[in-house]
Amino acid sequence: MKKNILPGFGITMGITTLYVSLFVLVPISLLLIKTASLSLDEFITIVTNERVMHAYKVSLTTAFIAAFLNAIFGLLLAWVLVRYRFPGRRIIDGLIDLPFALPTAVAGMTLAALYGPEGWFGQFFQKLGIPIAYTSSGIVIALMFIGLPFVVRMVQPVLENLPKETEEAATSLGASRFQTFHKVIFPEIVPALLAGFSLALARGLGEYGSVVFIAGNMPMKTEVAPLLIMSKLEQFDYAGATAIGVVMLLLSFTFLIIINILQKWHRKHELR
Amino acid sequence: MRWQVFIILSLSLLVLASCGTKPRELLNVSYDPTRELYQEFNVAFQQHWLQTHNEEVIIRQSHGSSGSQARAIIDGLPADVATLALAYDIDAIAAKEIIATDWLTQRPNNSSPYTSTIVFLVRKGNPKQITDWDDLIREDVSVITPNPKTSGGARWNYLAALGYAQNTYATEQQVTDFVHKLYRNVAVLDTGARASTTTFAEKGIGDVLITWENEALLAIKQLQANDFTLVTPSQSILAEPSVAVVDRTVDEHDTRELAEAYISYLYSEVGQDLAAKHFYRPRDEKIAERYREQFPPLTLFTVEQLGGWQSLQRIHFSDGGKFDQIYTGGTK
Amino acid sequence: MREHKGIKLALIFTMYGYIILFLLVPLLFIFTKALEQGVAVYLAAILDEEARSAIRLTLLVTAITVPLNTLFGISAAWAITKFDFKGKQLLLSLIELPFAVSPVIAGLMFILFFSPSGVLGTVITDFGLRIIFSVPGIVLATMFVTLPFVARELIPVMEAQGRAEEEAAISLGANGFQMFKRVTLPAIKWGLLYGVILCSARAVGEFGAVSIVSGRIRGMTNTMPLHIEILYNEYQFAAAFAVASLMSLLAVITLFIKVWIEHRTHTSTR
Repeated sequence: MKKNILPGFGITMGITTLYVSLFVLVPISLLLIKTASLSLDEFITIVTNERVMHAYKVSLTTAFIAAFLNAIFGLLLAWVLVRYRFPGRRIIDGLIDLPFALPTAVAGMTLAALYGPEGWFGQFFQKLGIPIAYTSSGIVIALMFIGLPFVVRMVQPVLENLPKETEEAATSLGASRFQTFHKVIFPEIVPALLAGFSLALARGLGEYGSVVFIAGNMPMKTEVAPLLIMSKLEQFDYAGATAIGVVMLLLSFTFLIIINILQKWHRKHELR
Repeated sequence: MRWQVFIILSLSLLVLASCGTKPRELLNVSYDPTRELYQEFNVAFQQHWLQTHNEEVIIRQSHGSSGSQARAIIDGLPADVATLALAYDIDAIAAKEIIATDWLTQRPNNSSPYTSTIVFLVRKGNPKQITDWDDLIREDVSVITPNPKTSGGARWNYLAALGYAQNTYATEQQVTDFVHKLYRNVAVLDTGARASTTTFAEKGIGDVLITWENEALLAIKQLQANDFTLVTPSQSILAEPSVAVVDRTVDEHDTRELAEAYISYLYSEVGQDLAAKHFYRPRDEKIAERYREQFPPLTLFTVEQLGGWQSLQRIHFSDGGKFDQIYTGGTK
Repeated sequence: MREHKGIKLALIFTMYGYIILFLLVPLLFIFTKALEQGVAVYLAAILDEEARSAIRLTLLVTAITVPLNTLFGISAAWAITKFDFKGKQLLLSLIELPFAVSPVIAGLMFILFFSPSGVLGTVITDFGLRIIFSVPGIVLATMFVTLPFVARELIPVMEAQGRAEEEAAISLGANGFQMFKRVTLPAIKWGLLYGVILCSARAVGEFGAVSIVSGRIRGMTNTMPLHIEILYNEYQFAAAFAVASLMSLLAVITLFIKVWIEHRTHTSTR
C-alpha cells in the first residue's frame, strides 16, 4: 500500500474516538451494567415472555416492511428530485425532512386522524373493508412516514455527485438505458441505499411516539416492543425495561453490522 | 492572572445576588388530568400567600402520566409537592425515603383533598342503552379504556370493574370472567387517560369510554358538549388522588412551610371550591352541597376494601399478573 | 442519460402521488386543524408565553447540538473514508449505534447516569449541579439521538469521491485547510447540507428521549414537542397543531439554503 499523504488523521481520529467513547460507549456500557443486575435466568424470563416475544415480532415485521417500502420509494424520490425538473420540485425537496422535524406524537396523531375510520383516507379504506388505523398496517404507515427522509437524503448527494460523463460514456458505447442504470448508476448508489434502509429499519424498531397513537396497542396483536419498555418503566421496573431495551439494541445493532458488511463486500466486489 | 480571579469573583457575586432577589419557587409535580385545576389553584394560592405572608412566590407546574412523574421525582426532579393519581405511586417515592413513609396519615382523608370516581361516557342519546357495568360485557359494545400498565387512571378503571364484579358475582371464576369479557371488548388500549378520551371523542371509536368522572365532565365541557352523555353506574370506586410534601426537596430548598401551606390550602374552602369547579368531588360537605347537581350519588367502594394497593398491584398489574392473563390466555 | 418520456412521466407522477399521500395531506391536515378556530387562536397559541419559552429552549438545544455533531461528523467521515486502519467497520457501527437505541432507552441511560442514585449521582449533587430535568440533560439526550446523522450522511459521499483529488492538492503544496476548503468541501456540500438538515430536524422534533430527561416543568424545561403534547392533552387541539405547524418552517429554511448553495456554485464555476 502506498503511503497516505493526506493530513488530519490524528486530530479527526482523536475527536471521533473521544466523542464516540463519551457519548456512545460509556452510556451504553452503563445500560449493559444495569441489565447485569438481573440474573441470567431473570433476564431470559423477561425477554422471552410470551407478550414480549410477540411484541418483537410485531416490531420486526412492521419495521422491516416499512424500511423496505421506504427504500423503494426513497430511491424513486431521490432519483426524480435530482434528475428531473418539474413544477414544485424545490418545495417538495424542502418538505422531505418534515417527518423528522414534526414531533413523533404530532405525526402519530395526524396519521391516526387521517387513517382512522372517519378520517380523510380512513373512510375510503373502511368502505373497502380494510381498516388501517389500529392495525399493524397503521404501524407500517407510521413507520414509513417517520423513516421517509433516511433513504432520500442518503441517496440524493451520491446521485448529485455522480459524474454525468460515466453515464454518457456508457450510453455512447451502446448500453441501453436499463443497462446504464443497472451497471453504472445502481452500483454507485447501493452503499447509500443500504445505509438508508438500515437506518430506517433501526429507527422503526425503536419508534414509540408516533406508533402508540395509531397502533391500538392491543397486547398480542398490535403492541410494539418500545411500548413494553414504557410499561415496565411505569411500574418502576428499570432492570426489566433495560433488559428489553438491550435485546432491541442488539437486534438493531446486528442489522447495522450486517449491512455494513454487505457494503464492504459490495465495494470490494465492485473494485475488482 | 488577576483579572481572571476578578471575573470569577464578580460572577459568583452576581449569582449570589440573583439568588437573593429571586422569589422563591415551588414545583408541583402532578398527573395529567389536574392541569386545569392547578392552573387556577396556583394563582389563588399565590394571592393567598402574598396576602398572608407578604411574599411573592412562583409556582411551577409539571404534568405527565402519574407513574412517570413519580419516577422523575425518584430520579431527582426537584418537586416540592407531589399530587399524583394514586397512593401506589407516592408509596413508590416513599420507599426511596424521599417522602416520609407515613405520608398517607399526615393529612386528613388519606392525604387526598378531593376525590373522583369512575363513570362512563357514551354517545349522544346513549344509542347502545348502556346503564351499568353489565352492559360493558355485551358482545355488541365496544369499550375504550387506557392500559392499566401504563396509566394510573386506567388502574382505577380496572379496579372499579373488578369491585363491581366482586360485589355482584358469587365465585372468583365469575369475577375473572367478567373482567376478561370487559377487556376483550376494548377496541383501542391507549397509553393514557387523555389519549383514550381523544380516541373516543375525536376519532369516534367505541361505544363507551370508561373514565374519571372529572375527565368525563371536562370532556363534555371542552369538546362538543352535545355529542356525549355521561352515565353514572350503580356503583363504582372511590378514587382518591394523593398529595404529599416531598421531604427531600423541601429540606434542601427550605420550602417546607410553603409546601405545607400549599397542600393545606387544597383543603381550605377556596381549594375545595376550585376542586369542585374542576369536577373533582370535594371532601368539604358544605362545598359538596353547593355542587350537588354535578355529582349524582352512587355506591362507592374503596381500594382498601378490594385489598389495598400493594396486593392489588402484585396480583393484577405485575408482569404475568391477572391483567396480562386476559391477553395471554393463561387462565380463562 | 436521456430517458424515455413515458418512464420519466410515470416516475414523476408516482412521486407526486407518494408526496401528496405522505407529506402534503398530513401537512394540510395540520394546518386545517391549526386554523380551525381562526387566525386569532393560531397567533395566540404561537405567541403564548409558554410556547415562546418552549421555542426558545428548542432553538437553544438545536444551536448547541448541531454544530458539535457537525464537527464530529466531518472528523469521523474524514478519518474513516480517507485513511485505512484496523477496526474501521467497528467504529462505523459504533457511530451508528445511537440509531439502534430506542429513544426511550436513550433517555433512560442519562437517568441511570445522573440521578441521585446513579453512577455520577453523588458527584453531581455535591457540586449542586443539575443535569437531568434541566437544560444540560435535554442537550445531552438530543446530542445522543442525533449524533450519527452528519457522519452517516458524509461517509457514502466521501467514499464515492475517493482520495485522488485531495492527494493531488496536497502534492501540489496546498495545506490542510486549503485542501479542505477548495477540494473536499465542494465535493461534500450536498451530503453535508442534508446531514446538517436531518440532524437539525431530528433535534427540533425529538420527543421520546427528551420527555424522559426533561421533567416537563412548564415554562422551563418544556421543548416544543413536549409543549405540543401538553396542549393536545389539554384539548387545545388548534393550539397544539398551530405550534406543530411552525415545524414546517424548516422546509422553507432547507429550500433557502439549497437555493443559496446552488447560486454560489453556479457563480463560482463561471
